[in-house]
Amino acid sequence: MPFIPHTEPDVREMLAAIGVEAIDELFDEIAPELRTGQLDAIPEGLPEMAVTRLMHERARAEGDMLCMTGAGAYPHHIPQAIWQLVGRGEYYSAYTPYQAEASQGTLQVTYEFQSMMAALTATEVANASLYDGASALGEATLMAVRANRKAKSKRILLPRSVHPRYRAVAGTVVGNQGLELVELPLDVETGRTPLESVDSAGAEGAAAVVVPQPNFPGCLEDVDALVDRAHAAGALVIAVVNPTSLALLRPPGEWGERGADIVVGEGQPLGIPLSAGGPYFGFLCTRKAMARQMPGRVVGRTVDTQGRTGYVMTLRAREQDIRRSKATSNICTNQGLMVTAATLYMALMGAEGLERVARHSHAGAVALRAALAELDGVEPVFDGPLFHEFAVRLDGPPVAEVLDGLAARGILGGFALEPDYPELGNSLLLCTTELHTEADRAAYVKALRELVAG
Amino acid sequence: MSEVPNDLKYTREHEWVRSEDDGTCVIGITDHAQAELGDLVFVEPPEVGTSFGAGDAVAVVESVKAASDIYAPVAGEIVEANDSLADSPELINSDPYGEGWIYRLRPESPDDLADLLDADAYQEFVEADSD
Amino acid sequence: MGLHETGKVIFDYGREGRAAGAQLPPPAPEPSDLPDTLRRRGRPALPEVSELQAVRHYTRLSQKNFSIDTNFYPLGSCTMKHNPRACNALAMLPQFLGRHPLAPPGAGQGFLACMHELQEILAEVTGMRRVSLAPAAGAQGEFAGVSMIRAYHDARGDHERTEILVPDAAHGTNPASAVMCGYRVRELPTDRNGDVDLDALRAAVGPQTAGIMLTNPSTVGVFERHISEIATIVHDAGGLLYYDGANLNAILGKVRPGDMGFDVIHLNLHKTFSTPHGGGGPGAGPVGVRETLLPYLPIPIVTHEGGRYRWLEEADCPHSIGRMTAFAGNAGVLLRAYVYIRMLGQEGMVRVGEYSTLNANYLMHRLQAEGFELAFPRRRASHEFIVTLKREHDAYGGTAMDFAKRMLDYGVHAPTMYFPLLVPECLLIEPTETETREEIDAFVDILVAIREEASRDPEILHEAPHTLPVRRLDEVRAAKELHLRWSPETG
Repeated sequence: MPFIPHTEPDVREMLAAIGVEAIDELFDEIAPELRTGQLDAIPEGLPEMAVTRLMHERARAEGDMLCMTGAGAYPHHIPQAIWQLVGRGEYYSAYTPYQAEASQGTLQVTYEFQSMMAALTATEVANASLYDGASALGEATLMAVRANRKAKSKRILLPRSVHPRYRAVAGTVVGNQGLELVELPLDVETGRTPLESVDSAGAEGAAAVVVPQPNFPGCLEDVDALVDRAHAAGALVIAVVNPTSLALLRPPGEWGERGADIVVGEGQPLGIPLSAGGPYFGFLCTRKAMARQMPGRVVGRTVDTQGRTGYVMTLRAREQDIRRSKATSNICTNQGLMVTAATLYMALMGAEGLERVARHSHAGAVALRAALAELDGVEPVFDGPLFHEFAVRLDGPPVAEVLDGLAARGILGGFALEPDYPELGNSLLLCTTELHTEADRAAYVKALRELVAG
Repeated sequence: MSEVPNDLKYTREHEWVRSEDDGTCVIGITDHAQAELGDLVFVEPPEVGTSFGAGDAVAVVESVKAASDIYAPVAGEIVEANDSLADSPELINSDPYGEGWIYRLRPESPDDLADLLDADAYQEFVEADSD
Repeated sequence: MGLHETGKVIFDYGREGRAAGAQLPPPAPEPSDLPDTLRRRGRPALPEVSELQAVRHYTRLSQKNFSIDTNFYPLGSCTMKHNPRACNALAMLPQFLGRHPLAPPGAGQGFLACMHELQEILAEVTGMRRVSLAPAAGAQGEFAGVSMIRAYHDARGDHERTEILVPDAAHGTNPASAVMCGYRVRELPTDRNGDVDLDALRAAVGPQTAGIMLTNPSTVGVFERHISEIATIVHDAGGLLYYDGANLNAILGKVRPGDMGFDVIHLNLHKTFSTPHGGGGPGAGPVGVRETLLPYLPIPIVTHEGGRYRWLEEADCPHSIGRMTAFAGNAGVLLRAYVYIRMLGQEGMVRVGEYSTLNANYLMHRLQAEGFELAFPRRRASHEFIVTLKREHDAYGGTAMDFAKRMLDYGVHAPTMYFPLLVPECLLIEPTETETREEIDAFVDILVAIREEASRDPEILHEAPHTLPVRRLDEVRAAKELHLRWSPETG
């Protein structure tokens, strides 16, 4: 029997010990009319070798494309050591570290992760993960409302330049809690959030202003000015950042006079495969003074009865299993194993490695934008500084058709912006990372030239 | 058995209330409550100057295994919070009726205090609750 | 020096200029086009270590964990069963790992085919009309489920329903999720046999009732026998029934939530369908609904039309409660569950319910025969049951916590302690179907031995664990000092 070790004598003797004749008797408290009949839609079980064949067939049906699409999920090199270690049973098959003495591995890894994330974002504390970057933004808005007691409203200013899916998820998360998400416009000339919109949209009395860096269309916001305006109006600042970019860009803890108050983002670029969208992990960092308003688990350092260093989950009274309906969030299961992978990634990369990854990604995008600008019928939508993504507008065939054409040439060719940003017209969001070679970029330029020129 | 001083009034939420000569009253949590919560690690004080209705949550005390709201026993305005709890929340464990006081309130109507439990009634309430 | 005594963090191994050379990309020039005001000034304090140093450090740390792969792990309500290796290996085939979440359906149909079949199979085994795989964990499934209940009432213009009923013994996520959906929570008492108190339920329902959240088998380890009556009472009041799938393992293939009268459910694939817990996650919390709630399912959902698979998104599902995560939930976890289900098949699935129940009832009877006190001695165990150590506590002074910590010394992970709160000094024990009878017998021997130690010298328990990398840790100090990160200045 798959995964069940019982022999016939085992079952016989166990039933005798219980004092019943058959396993079915153990279900005799359940009304007979509730009992399940045939489960016809479920196929017969397969041995491991048959499932292996099946899954290899399914995998082959996936194809293998050159991925130039980012839009929230980025292909990076993942050192082999990471997933070999993450796959160790001691990490893979452990539960949440409720028994601290028997979970020092997971707890210390989490503590190291928190340390690395705090260093990367230049903040004081990090939590032990949320589901992904988008749900982390939703949780951050709720946290800001709790933390900003002086605010006269539950209003959050949310720039249009934030990832459209993040805005959608934040809307789902907070929709029934009376928060008001007010959209800040996108300046179609600069690709940035207009500074004056922070005031005109009502930062005064708002709980928080969200500031993305880099923003979704690939531009770099004037973060210092945005943060200072928000703070001057009494609002907190929620930064949404790409962790790789922080090797090059100013960390949110240092934005403006006082820095961002809450920092969230998608952890996937830190050693997590694209994997069709998950599992990834969301990170959330903040000031120590606001730690009690954080959602999710946190690990702290302490000592045992012999004075030896050890680690425990702490600030537990915020969590749902203790605080129930008054918890800071309902989150229980998080993305722990992904945090283990990210910790290994940051340990192996170090500041030097992360900086090289960021520089290559950036340089590739700058070069590709310049090369595409040379093509007839293709123009960069914005000309300001970027990190590793940028938008181009196509003069001629609709982006959807061009993407199909690129796919036929084995290229996942970008993200169509028009459905979410009609004001940007027939345009495409592209990404490069350290994985893309000059030949990859040349192949992309060639394919796009053929498709746009017809 | 936990200590229940005779000169105080009590609530069913395990707060004690001491009326002062200046018309204000001082509020903390009972010896029984601190023992149930265990070692306190954090106190979120009420905001001075704010007015609350009877039964409103005004502060929070937190141990490693529980967090508990502290309620206003009667309607009134917060006039003082015990600042030393910020660094030493354990004062509530070591001296719940003295150094571990949590806040001072000016009742809207001092007559409301008459509705609170006296020491005997509170003691009875605790014993009934633990059955 | 022993394995566990290094006490170092990864940062301690670093030296300036050291790096995992082969893993890094080649050096790259300083970018010239980024304005100074946007540039990072100093480097972040990340480790500077070699590949070997990192591998050794994290291998050693792993050895400080208990896990299913290394220890019996009878953690009640968590279903710590074997995580088959094939599920991991096959979900990590390079083509699946390389699939970008925004890849169009034409880029590959293999992954979508797996997801579609998984939706269908989960719907069948739970008796639901349709399933969405979007929620990333059980709590997010609860949030999605209660949001759908709200969307249903709102769509009918029924805005008076402001309350969700939750049993007092429910998991904390239930009330927390209901509040995140904008509801007030009203608790229902549990009767002395472990069932919901029906009189209290009748008194609690009314025009303000949006629904009830139930776990069945319940969090006290027994099957809720009045489930059909509960369904009638709540439905008659106009409310809906939410099924928390945390304990589905006990009845998999034996009873379906849909047949019990539930309108909406979530499943914990990291429990019932054997995906790993990963030291805290990731999980997956698919939701299933009856016909009435179909329009509100979270997106995306895979559909199969004209021989092609594709995602249903906003435009296809205008009444959906929306997105749970940026993309398609924890896809890699869903693939693992799919592989597991294909290996089990319909017969294997029924056996999960049967043998998890057999193991729990056997262990319960053996402990009772050894003189341990059961919280509900007149009931069958589900896949788990509660022992109360109140008697041992009164006699010897050893608490449930002391017993639990001493079990670690014997190489067994402790059961869930002090949950549910309504049973004093309790342990919630769930052996799961993948454990052998020998392992269960050995666990009984361990509990008997610990009780004997308690009677002889309770200090042995009180100071346990004795053999782990650390002894009991000072949680009060951790919460007061809040040392939450290493830093180069302070260590």
